[in-house]
Amino acid sequence: MADIQLLVKELSAKHGKERSSLMPILQGVVSKERYLSSEAMTEVARELDISAAEVYGTATFYSFLDTNPRGKYVIRVCRTIVCDMHGKQDVIKTIENILKIKVGETTMDKKFSLLETNCIGWCNEGPAMLINDEVFTKLTVDKAREIIQDFIRNK
Amino acid sequence: MENMIKLNIDGIEVQIEKGKSILDAAKKVKVRIPTLCHHDDLCVAGNCRVCIVEIEGRTRLEASCAIPAEDGMKVLTSTPKVRKARKDVVALLVSEHNTQCTTCYRSTNCELQNLSAEYNIDNEVYLSVLKPQAAIDKSSWSVEKDDSKCVRCQRCVRTCAEIQHVNALTAANKGDHMKISTFMELPMNDVVCTNCGQCITHCPTGALTERRYYDDIWEAIGDPTKHVVINTAPSVRVGLGEMLGFPIGTRVTGKMVTALKKMGFDSVLDTDFTADLTIIEEGSEFLQRLTDALVNKKQVALPMITSCSPGWVKFIEHMYPEHLAHLSTCKSPQQMFGALTKTYYADKLGLDPKNIVSVAGMPCAAKKFEANRPEMKSSGFQDVDAGLTTRELGHMIKQSGLNFVDLEESHFDSIMGESTGAAVIFGATGGVMEAALRTVYELVTGRPVPFKDLNITPVRGLEGIKEATVKLENVLPAYSFLEGVEAKFAVAHGLKNARIIMDQIVAGTSPYHFIEVMACPGGCIGGGGQPIPTNNEIRNKRIAAIYAEDLGLEKRKSHDNEEIKTLYKEFLIKPLGEKSHHLLHTKYRKRNRY
Amino acid sequence: MAEKTLKRVDVIFTPYSVSPYKILAETIVKPTNEVIQEVLDSGLRGRGGAGFPTGLKWKFGAAAQGDNKVIICNADEGEPGTFKDREILTKVPRKVFSGMGICAYVTGATKGYLYLRGEYRYMIPALEKELELFHENCKKLNLNFSIEIFSGSGAYVCGEETALIESMEGKRGEPRNKPPFPVQSGYKGKPTIVNNVETFVSASMVCRIGSAEYKKLGTDDQRGSKLFSISGDTPVPGVYEIELGMKISDFVEEFGDSDTKAVQVGGVAGYCIPRKDFDKMVVGIGGTTGGSTMVFNSTRSMYNVLHNYLHFFAEESCGQCTPCRVGCQQLLKGIEAVKHKTKPAEYLDQLMKLTETMKVASKCGLGQSVANSFASIVTNFREEMIY
Repeated sequence: MADIQLLVKELSAKHGKERSSLMPILQGVVSKERYLSSEAMTEVARELDISAAEVYGTATFYSFLDTNPRGKYVIRVCRTIVCDMHGKQDVIKTIENILKIKVGETTMDKKFSLLETNCIGWCNEGPAMLINDEVFTKLTVDKAREIIQDFIRNK
Repeated sequence: MENMIKLNIDGIEVQIEKGKSILDAAKKVKVRIPTLCHHDDLCVAGNCRVCIVEIEGRTRLEASCAIPAEDGMKVLTSTPKVRKARKDVVALLVSEHNTQCTTCYRSTNCELQNLSAEYNIDNEVYLSVLKPQAAIDKSSWSVEKDDSKCVRCQRCVRTCAEIQHVNALTAANKGDHMKISTFMELPMNDVVCTNCGQCITHCPTGALTERRYYDDIWEAIGDPTKHVVINTAPSVRVGLGEMLGFPIGTRVTGKMVTALKKMGFDSVLDTDFTADLTIIEEGSEFLQRLTDALVNKKQVALPMITSCSPGWVKFIEHMYPEHLAHLSTCKSPQQMFGALTKTYYADKLGLDPKNIVSVAGMPCAAKKFEANRPEMKSSGFQDVDAGLTTRELGHMIKQSGLNFVDLEESHFDSIMGESTGAAVIFGATGGVMEAALRTVYELVTGRPVPFKDLNITPVRGLEGIKEATVKLENVLPAYSFLEGVEAKFAVAHGLKNARIIMDQIVAGTSPYHFIEVMACPGGCIGGGGQPIPTNNEIRNKRIAAIYAEDLGLEKRKSHDNEEIKTLYKEFLIKPLGEKSHHLLHTKYRKRNRY
Repeated sequence: MAEKTLKRVDVIFTPYSVSPYKILAETIVKPTNEVIQEVLDSGLRGRGGAGFPTGLKWKFGAAAQGDNKVIICNADEGEPGTFKDREILTKVPRKVFSGMGICAYVTGATKGYLYLRGEYRYMIPALEKELELFHENCKKLNLNFSIEIFSGSGAYVCGEETALIESMEGKRGEPRNKPPFPVQSGYKGKPTIVNNVETFVSASMVCRIGSAEYKKLGTDDQRGSKLFSISGDTPVPGVYEIELGMKISDFVEEFGDSDTKAVQVGGVAGYCIPRKDFDKMVVGIGGTTGGSTMVFNSTRSMYNVLHNYLHFFAEESCGQCTPCRVGCQQLLKGIEAVKHKTKPAEYLDQLMKLTETMKVASKCGLGQSVANSFASIVTNFREEMIY
């Protein structure tokens, strides 16, 4: 059985095969694969016996259930007003320069994707960003550089 | 009464059952509230916000389609506040819309166009937020999708979900990127879609339309080297009138034939001819399966299921590919007609089949796909060159400049123009079953079916799945193995009901011997190619017209058709014979379910 | 209605001086209607932003017909400027579960969910541990109630209770028509009580100190204390528990940077109060806010602020209903056009009228509340929109 089939079967064993199991299953796939491929969504459709379109329609509603390929580390920088006021634009520019990609893009080695996201709930410690599920706050240009370089070297 | 409540709409007292909406109550007292995302066939959405009304005591306006009527409610449907909000809602929809109505197929029959006209929407008030559009999806043989005309009412999504249980379409993304989409935004031809076209008949605008061939047909008609033959399905003659100024349910058969002749078709024939033929072939096939099962003790796929609905055929190929053997191997009347046109008909008239253009006038969107199935070339040429919907025919008649209303009546041409009442009823759900029974019962017992006037009413009507049981007694000696058998029949329409039937078969609990399945609710009269709008009231009127046509015909059983008898005598020799097998029967293929 | 000066209190974040599960134990031996009455009497309103009287919701929940009732804790905290639920779940999660347990007791629910926004996934391991402890306690107390964590995946609109429920059912987070309300028919058609994180904590506190004590805090309209998430141009951003009913001017004095130009009360779905109105406005009046309070000083362009808000709304709208889906785009494009002179300044008035339509015709709170910040910013800072 292909890898993705195994993964989906594992997830349905854990969360069930009902429609209400769809979100946790999709989240499980994204945790491992970083995004939802066409094959993955078709497998989920098969497992839950719903149409592939229903899986796609649900997935595309949620910002964190990406249907575009993403890198191993998805960087999401908050763009909402307080983080914006406190320098998120400089943080983004810094990351863009280090990784040599623009917002929305993925590095050639498929290690990093850089995205903007809406308020992640750290307004008292902004600018803030997520890298996968990890939160980084009180970002300055220097701190952001350190964090990214740490990821480049050690992960 | 216990569950009746009383409310007031625009000063009028209304009594209505608890649980009904304000819109239901308004309809009861003939108060008109405009709607858009609402459709009688579908569950309530309440997303367009066109039907908003004012309720005393509330600052916010409520969607009348979605809010249950409550005892003592005071509703106002047209106050300055309501009109301003409603006008804004329509103006917003227009700002999101491709407003080139002049080139739109649904111009003059578009719900957004009607609303804009009513509210006199000025295109300049708001900025355009129409997305720079992707190309129109013309990949499918049957359905064209133009996102620039979508009002996001989700009627198509709900239709494909609730009525057809196919779920080919979905709302995707959110916010300013929200749109109606297929899986992965793939072309419609590449996803699991049955081509039934129900999404088209439920779409309020020109976002979903059928793929149109009438320009090609005009060209063929104008080409002196081409012999253009058209055959029209029974449902066309009871639906076409709606596009040409007649009340719903008017039979315009005679005028339709005249119009088509005047438009330049070299021959105007009746699909009912091959409908009768289908009954002979399929009836024989059914009896053969019963013989194989009960006498020859062979493994046969029973129940047998009809195969003349191409939307249904594509459905079973996608959804139940392991059970294709249940389908009758008979082609649909349309395809039988095409195959015979380029062989039998060509022969009889001394024509070279390569110069024949065979056109089918159908109430159906899936028949465009069916005509192009690669195996449909048994004549040596593509058997059916083009399928036209009732709507396309209506447009062509208008384009021809004919004064349809005043045309005299004509008859179909021969040699494939004779038909019986049994053929005409193919258009209504239950019609194929009834036609089959009228013939098969008489074949087996030598007597006509034991129903008054041959009207087998248990299989008629709009109930999703209908059943009939017929006891076979005092049968003819050749069919002695059927003596005493209680034959069970089922009729399903709408793919939601097809699923129920098939799940029974998969579970091994199906009690039936023979099943008719039509993809479209109401049968072909409610098909994806019929005039828009459609709802149960309209379906019932078209169905009534079909049965009236049946009663008005002299011959009402397929096996009485003289031209069919000639066909067998001179060409096919016998049902299920070699020639029939080659021209009139087909194979199916497995498709992906997801 | 008495106005109060700013008073910091400490009801919610007090460390567990009395074990929350002791509160739970003591509450579930009282008659359920007594407990509901206590919560009703306290005047506690929902702390997520909608401000529905909590006691009333629980009363309806208790009266609802049906087995398998469900309690959902709405931790989808997505309103920009709000982070108090994050702090609660980090510092005092047991008070949340205690509140949910009490709610389960009075309504007869047996299943609970914590709908945790996807951006807070990092908290799951610690919360799972806490839930283990909670379930042990429930067992000891013979309370048939268990809580499961359900993760969101990045959708602000799922903070709306019916959109949240749709999400839990595996669908797009599109809000439903109301009625029926979740208390009548919610998750999978069952009676469902949805409350904010802070609401459950406050309810648990009410059961601990009693409604009479709780009522001493706040004003007639706004009982009790509330957590305010304060950020922006402030030297002391953070979560503060404050008695309700204070004046904005007091607030600005305490938390501003002495150059405060405007205060956004209630998140981007709330109101932007200009300096000239600081004396008049009383924070929290008319219904509790979710407590998001963002402070802007005179260096900030209110055009940029409004643009940021509208971009947020246009993206986060579920897209289902016309006034919100298209209206948000019109407002965003509209202010850009006025700024770039492709539309005259008077076009702002056209947009103001549009927001009135959005307020009365949108299907859910998201579309309905865009008008609040749009109107307050455009009215009070009109020149900044044009020049």
